[in-house]
Amino acid sequence: MPGSTRVFIMDDQEHASRAPEAPRLGVGWRWWVRRFLRNKVAPIGLVIIGASVLIAALAPLVVPHDIRAMAPQAALAPPSRTYLFGTDEFGRDVFSRVLMGSRVSLVVAFLSVAAAVVLGTTLGLVAGFFGGRWDALTMRAMDVIFAFPAILLAIAIMAVLGTRLINLVIAIGIVYTPQFARVARAAVLTVRSLEFVDAARALGLGSGRIIRRHIIPNVLAPVTVQVSLSLSLAILSESALSFLGLGTQPPTPSWGNMLSEGRQFLEIAPWNAVFPGIAIMVVVLGFNLLGDGLRDLLDPRLR
Amino acid sequence: MQRYLASRLLALIPVLLGILIVVFLLIRLIPGDAVQLFLGTQVEMTPAQMAELRRFFGVDKPIYAQFLDYLGRVVRGDFGVSLRTSRPVLGDIMQRLPLSFQLASLALIVATVLAIPLGIASAVTRNSLFDVATRIGGLLGLSIPNFWLGAMLILVFSRYLHVSLGQYVPISQDPLGTLQSLYLPALALGAAIAAILMRYVRSSLLEVLGQEYVRTARGKGLRASAVMLRHALPNAMIPVITVIGFQMGYLLGGTVVIEEIFALPGMGRLVLQAIFQRDYPVVQGVVLIVALLFVLTNLVVDLLYAWIDPRIHYG
Repeated sequence: MPGSTRVFIMDDQEHASRAPEAPRLGVGWRWWVRRFLRNKVAPIGLVIIGASVLIAALAPLVVPHDIRAMAPQAALAPPSRTYLFGTDEFGRDVFSRVLMGSRVSLVVAFLSVAAAVVLGTTLGLVAGFFGGRWDALTMRAMDVIFAFPAILLAIAIMAVLGTRLINLVIAIGIVYTPQFARVARAAVLTVRSLEFVDAARALGLGSGRIIRRHIIPNVLAPVTVQVSLSLSLAILSESALSFLGLGTQPPTPSWGNMLSEGRQFLEIAPWNAVFPGIAIMVVVLGFNLLGDGLRDLLDPRLR
Repeated sequence: MQRYLASRLLALIPVLLGILIVVFLLIRLIPGDAVQLFLGTQVEMTPAQMAELRRFFGVDKPIYAQFLDYLGRVVRGDFGVSLRTSRPVLGDIMQRLPLSFQLASLALIVATVLAIPLGIASAVTRNSLFDVATRIGGLLGLSIPNFWLGAMLILVFSRYLHVSLGQYVPISQDPLGTLQSLYLPALALGAAIAAILMRYVRSSLLEVLGQEYVRTARGKGLRASAVMLRHALPNAMIPVITVIGFQMGYLLGGTVVIEEIFALPGMGRLVLQAIFQRDYPVVQGVVLIVALLFVLTNLVVDLLYAWIDPRIHYG
């Protein structure tokens, strides 16, 4: 069935779906922190993400200008000391709007990936652990979702549901669910046949207990890597949808709709399009760096 | 191989059915039924007239019967008519499809041409300055939103380089003109794919270079270039082919965004326009066609993979 090779949709997924590292005994969190810090890219990613989250949380307190304040006399003003990133066609401060725009992007990304993790991982765990008809049904359903290009499916869902924030979360969440189902299922399949699971079963442990105590800890590594990479894709999806007019609606600033508005004045006021794009790039880069680093850390075969 | 082909085609059936169910149900999620959508809000009708129209459109039947109707029509190539222009949906899509397909293909070519040499060079000079620079470039390529890259290309080329991008002309009229109008959009669309492929080529080649048969080849005194060309590269490229094929989905989806920013009259702009006009049969048609195209390209890639890789024998 396609399931076997279709795992290769993105390079990241293929790596992530490989078996996790064998469980280490007696290794505490300090050991992991040391290894994390020794990694070249993951700490940089974490710093970028931490800073973005901090900015998003504090944005209303730190923005130099009211994001709704229009200043017609200063419309399309180039970057200056008053307006760090210049102003848009209504004279609103682009810097303040970029800072505030981080809120929608991050909230939608975190919520949608959280939904995808919970739904996808549960489906994958159950499918992998119990196998049989339930497994076949779940994975065929995931194949169907995978048969639609991610952004197109999100566009179609938004077109049908309408452009509310919660719908963005639903649309992006659905699109990224199959990846978690596959990653979790693949990890379960490799772990399920290992000796300690047999031993647990022989000791008379119930399925629920085995899943909680033995399967989930081993599924955690590949899922963590996938979370970081999915967050980067979710940010890109949200901004693309908002760019197309199907996501966050003006006047609420999001990086995608700022870019869409700024595009009309690309030639005379490029700063309107340049800065939101850089913001997207930096945050997405942060998640990619963290994801790459975590993969190196958790899947030692890939070095 | 024939049996493998048959089994792959057979395995497609549930996926195709699932796609049709999703596309069919998608439209059912909209509040109001097809008749109300068709009429819009301006037309006043008596309940009797509404019921008559519902019977006419077949939406008074139970949902599974409606799905079977839909299935029957799609199989016969009837994708319905546009609610705005009353033209058959399939005809409109087919008119717009070539542009999107050319754009996606060109993007794939651009990405491959960029990624393979860079990935190989990066693997061969592992941990050199070049390797580090290429890897950083790869990470940036993965992180740049394609529509922003498109906007920046437009900005640089038209404002600073004074290059006109040109209107799209069909490939049958002027292939060079087509290329001229599509190379920048293809670059914007292909950049992320180039980054993914490059990383893949690099890690695949590094893995192969660590294999024993490569050491053996070196050990028996083959020149480095012969080891690379005869032993390492062919084996490293096999998984890369699969990855190339699976990017078609990203590319087909990405054309929607790229066509919008470069104002290209392809399938993507057709679907966006349809969404904003609430012309749902067109939306349904485009989503279905793109999903079918994606599934078919995946099938072709799978078959290609089975044909190329001598280790895989499908009963």
